[in-house]
Amino acid sequence: MSAVDFIFPEFEVVRNSDRCIACRVCERQCSNKVHSYNEERGAMLSDETKCVNCQRCVSLCPTRALKIIKSDCTFRENANWQPDTIKQVYRQASSGGVLLSAMGNPKPQPVYWDRILINASQVTNPSIDPLREPMETRVFLGKKPSRTERGPDGKLKTELSPQIDLSMPVMFSAMSYGSISYNAHASLARAAEALGICYNTGEGGLHEDFYRYGKNTIVQVASGRFGVHKDYLEAGAAIEIKMGQGAKPGIGGHLPGTKIVGDVSRTRMIPEGSDAISPAPHHDIYSIEDLRQLVYSLKEATAYRKPVIVKVAAVHNIAAIASGIARSGADIIAIDGYRGGTGAAPTLIRENVGIPIELALAAVDSRLRDEGIRGNVSLVVGGSIRSAADVVKAIALGADACYVATAALLALGCHLCRTCNTGNCNWGIATQRPELVKRLNPDIGSERLINLMTAWRHEIMELMGGMGINSIEALKGNRMMLRGVGLNEKELGILGISHAGE
Amino acid sequence: MKRVYVNEEWCLGCHLCEYNCAFANSGKPDMATALKGKPIYPRIHIEENDKISYAVSCRHCTDPICVKSCIAGALRQEDGVIRIDREKCVGCLTCVLVCPYGALAPDGDGVMQKCELCLQNSCGEPACVTGCPNRAIVYEER
Repeated sequence: MSAVDFIFPEFEVVRNSDRCIACRVCERQCSNKVHSYNEERGAMLSDETKCVNCQRCVSLCPTRALKIIKSDCTFRENANWQPDTIKQVYRQASSGGVLLSAMGNPKPQPVYWDRILINASQVTNPSIDPLREPMETRVFLGKKPSRTERGPDGKLKTELSPQIDLSMPVMFSAMSYGSISYNAHASLARAAEALGICYNTGEGGLHEDFYRYGKNTIVQVASGRFGVHKDYLEAGAAIEIKMGQGAKPGIGGHLPGTKIVGDVSRTRMIPEGSDAISPAPHHDIYSIEDLRQLVYSLKEATAYRKPVIVKVAAVHNIAAIASGIARSGADIIAIDGYRGGTGAAPTLIRENVGIPIELALAAVDSRLRDEGIRGNVSLVVGGSIRSAADVVKAIALGADACYVATAALLALGCHLCRTCNTGNCNWGIATQRPELVKRLNPDIGSERLINLMTAWRHEIMELMGGMGINSIEALKGNRMMLRGVGLNEKELGILGISHAGE
Repeated sequence: MKRVYVNEEWCLGCHLCEYNCAFANSGKPDMATALKGKPIYPRIHIEENDKISYAVSCRHCTDPICVKSCIAGALRQEDGVIRIDREKCVGCLTCVLVCPYGALAPDGDGVMQKCELCLQNSCGEPACVTGCPNRAIVYEER
């Protein structure tokens, strides 16, 4: 190892020796083997080089003796060459490889949600108290009829295309069994059922134990076609074709063979130990016409009883792409913004490819309205929806519902250490090691997810009530309820909102 | 009667229950004062090997063999809870011999001690249960 390979550890483990009782809980709980016990000194030691700052030891230390802090060992200050950039160069010079990272883009690019403000009623229009008056958060996703039609007998035709029925405009987005653990999936499935919403299998197939949550499950068909068979397609409330993912638009996926063990291998229908490689494109889709074929193949296979979702990453010409998808026969378009999470992606792609979901959503909604085809599809957006306020802003910008994944993982214990790709998740989420998987008890996990979504539902109702709106339908695309702050003309134009004060 | 039960499936083998138990029965105001630099004598123990781990404490048997065998009359059953009178214990270890769960053990002075469901200490409810990070130890009616 050359001397330049040494990179000073990013974090310091600070142990308060007055408090530490050497119970060794930190040592037992750290899958990265940071902590160790020194018999001779009767004291705990730590090896910071291995620390990923997942906070597991901090959370479980019974005497609060531990904290993890950012190391203050610095390179010479340089506004152009930031420490992360310098370290990336060192790592690549040492390994010759593409750098990988996990979860969403951590770079300080603009978060448009934070520059959009929500309206409230004062004096001239009454606000509504959701605790005293009825408030509707239920939504249906799918094709909506553009006009009323009557049969030969003069009676209204009331049969709709298949719809997804949600108690609130939020769903848990796609995370495959394999990228996350059995217990994480169990938590999501149970919570989705209790909440009356949906979770999403991701592209890893559906574990046989979870077929009973079918009416709250969206089954995904991705480019690797892992785990896809007739019963799988029949099992869900809807079928999602994954064309792209916000964290890594334009590239496929790679679940290493070490994670393809036991049930993961059976569920994916691939041999144990083989790498699960999802190609970048679907090899049978090179045009909207090809996409239409897959949409109708899936509809045919399920007797036209399931809505079909097409999920794409938010990229430059997303409006035109969405327009094509809306004409392909798909019932729902899901758009994933560039801040969306992932189990593993090339760092460079995560941080430099794609566009913000706020702009993509506004552009798509406007385009579909202009073309008179907005009713052909419902719009679902994801890629860092962090709170009920983000949900309300998304609905007002034109979304029908939101996809939430990172917030759901946080509810399960994730501390965003962004090392999912190592498979050593100390919180039992992004791992297949049995001794780590068991750290996530789905009784606790599902309870916490239910709590989070219940809280968000209350907040959505409070925000709607404040605006004097009593149903999600009346908020949808209601951009008059939004104002921008600190945005330029172009940004306001794309978002289709006025500036605060206007 | 409510008892302490262990769901082995969720036990992480973190040993926090042992420290929470020792602290709850220490009578000290904080854990560092109670346990720092001292050997601990918890009334719950983790049994473990590479693959499996679970906590074991007194089952509070309906027909307790330890009570029957105690030569000093230190053990008794009170509303279903097996209690110990440490003043009477002579440290003969007969209870250790007969308990099929290995739930009794002497403290540092050789006097027997056992789980009394934290009913007698400041905790009020079993400290092993409240402190278990994964709900592997529960206190419930079955």
